Amino acid sequence: MKGMTLIVKKTTQLIGGMIFMYGIYVIVHGHLTPGGGFAGGVIIAGSLILVTLAYGGDFMKLIKEEAGTTIIESLATIMVILIATSGFLFGTKIFFNNFLPKGVVGHLISAGVLPLYNVFIGTEVAASIFIIFLSLVIFKEESTQ
Amino acid sequence: MELAISVITGFMILGALYAIHAKDLLSSVIACGIVGYSLVICFLLLKAPDLAIVQIVVDTITLIIMVAVVHDSSRNESYSKLDTQGYISAATIILLIMLLLYFFAVSIKSLDVLGTSSLRMAKYYIEGAAPKSGSANLVTGVVFDFRGYDTMGEAVVLVTAVLGVLTILRIKGKK
Repeated sequence: MKGMTLIVKKTTQLIGGMIFMYGIYVIVHGHLTPGGGFAGGVIIAGSLILVTLAYGGDFMKLIKEEAGTTIIESLATIMVILIATSGFLFGTKIFFNNFLPKGVVGHLISAGVLPLYNVFIGTEVAASIFIIFLSLVIFKEESTQ
Repeated sequence: MELAISVITGFMILGALYAIHAKDLLSSVIACGIVGYSLVICFLLLKAPDLAIVQIVVDTITLIIMVAVVHDSSRNESYSKLDTQGYISAATIILLIMLLLYFFAVSIKSLDVLGTSSLRMAKYYIEGAAPKSGSANLVTGVVFDFRGYDTMGEAVVLVTAVLGVLTILRIKGKK
């Protein structure tokens, strides 16, 4: 797939990294400010789509990226279910137990297991949306070959 | 605030009507974007910033994909005349919409003012979410701690949707 013109490439060089860091900020501060796992994950996927659209890529590289991203998505979903199941081991033995210490409301390290949930759900959502975009691009490349 | 929401909803209806009647497919796709972005302003006026963040980014990604599709196929719509079955479907839809609006008008007298209703369970969540789950953001505390099953179901639905997309969009398997 062809890339875009020089202006778009230079702008992506300047902005793409900042959008990625903003997505990580929204995910990690999910228990303090509005946002959370889903919003931050979609922002990260948006930055990856921007870089792919601006620079293009040949066919083999896109297929390798898609294979790697499906592995990341499956691993993130398995980690979410593992954290939920590990409530069986500590404290009151129920599913989805919030077992780490809760700390002071408003600090960065607080709210038990919630920051871990945010991180893994954010990774999974970003990988899903990027996979859907990549599979559409690969379909178009295959049908014109 | 109700006046602002009514004005924006009227704007959305105008955008949707234009999206149906535009001759050029690119114009109608951009008019679909009007509906999505006006919804962001409605969410902000109703005090829901989490939904506004997700809606603005997902709408941008959807617009990109739709513009790419229109750009690659054709900008004109192929027109086919309505036959008998089309007329019967249209009449049934109009009848059901009028029935729905009648029941809306009957039941709207027993609802609270827009944006102020709070039930018994919602009061318990608002008072107990911050100390019990430990997070300052109430929405995250309810979504991941009180209602964790729904979030897990949502994540599984996303994985299933990706599986469906990967299954359909394969040319090599069909040859």
